[in-house]
Amino acid sequence: MDETLVIAGREFRSRLVLGTGGFKSHDMLARALAASGAEMCTVALRRLDPDAHGSILDVLDVAGVQVLPNTAGCFTARDAVVTARLAREALGSNWIKLEVIGDDRTLLPDAVELLAAAEQLVDEGFVVLPYTTDDPVLARRLEDVGCAAVMPLGSPIGSGMGIRNAYNLSIIVERASVPVVLDAGVGTASDAAVAMELGCDAVLCASAVSRAHDPVAMAEAIRLSVQAGRLALAAGRIPRRRYAEASTPEEGVPAFGEPGAVE
Amino acid sequence: MTVIVNGERRELPAGATVAHVVALLAGDESGRGVAVALEGEVVPRGTWSQTPLRDGARIEVVAAIQGG
Repeated sequence: MDETLVIAGREFRSRLVLGTGGFKSHDMLARALAASGAEMCTVALRRLDPDAHGSILDVLDVAGVQVLPNTAGCFTARDAVVTARLAREALGSNWIKLEVIGDDRTLLPDAVELLAAAEQLVDEGFVVLPYTTDDPVLARRLEDVGCAAVMPLGSPIGSGMGIRNAYNLSIIVERASVPVVLDAGVGTASDAAVAMELGCDAVLCASAVSRAHDPVAMAEAIRLSVQAGRLALAAGRIPRRRYAEASTPEEGVPAFGEPGAVE
Repeated sequence: MTVIVNGERRELPAGATVAHVVALLAGDESGRGVAVALEGEVVPRGTWSQTPLRDGARIEVVAAIQGG
């Protein structure tokens, strides 16, 4: 099993991507980032706040991680495309985590707008990593238009509900020829391990770490669970059965006869 | 003239450019990590100082923050 994750020709030793949303301070982010071992972090673009002190880019520069801008908050393909162009201009990178949201309560992707934006951005030379639903057909369509990876959700953003449709996720993994990154839904370490055991190439999480009681400890826990899940996948799990299968040999079991009986 | 900067009306001297607005918000003209859209179109960094604003223009100045 290959040891490095490769997306659009770029190698990563870590299979954990850290979202930076929700950390209470840049200092907390820096400590959690170090504990996570992540080599790529998402950022968002918002109106410049003249009163903000310290840029998140300084934190990420010091950590030496790749910055992955997103299009969070976009509801239309047009808004997402313009936001991606702004991100390229601001950060000098053509990588984009494409989010086009269809509903502000569920934050679920708008499949129609997402696919249109993905196609446009690929045409403009972007490395497009789309946040998508766990629909295998949509994942295939995104791959077909040239996305460098697909990033299906396990459950809604920030819900911490884990992977709600492992069967769909397995189908996406089996049929994809680009990396599959589980994006959204991770609530704790075991969710990340399940994603990796299902064959995902990487896991992206933000809230699970940033909103944990102890973000630094959770970052380490998820780092280890991603590694554990990957290792377990390579090790090959036993099949599931409805009935028991003894692990102890059945031959050679001693017979003690009836109590008090003389042979 | 009046220009809409990040959704707020601002009075700017005639002849003000995109570079003036960036300096106003960012505190310096380098604009590291900053990008600008004028009427929905990205203005490349290298052309900020040659891009004048007209009265009523809508300009968005953005930067990276925590998110995602």
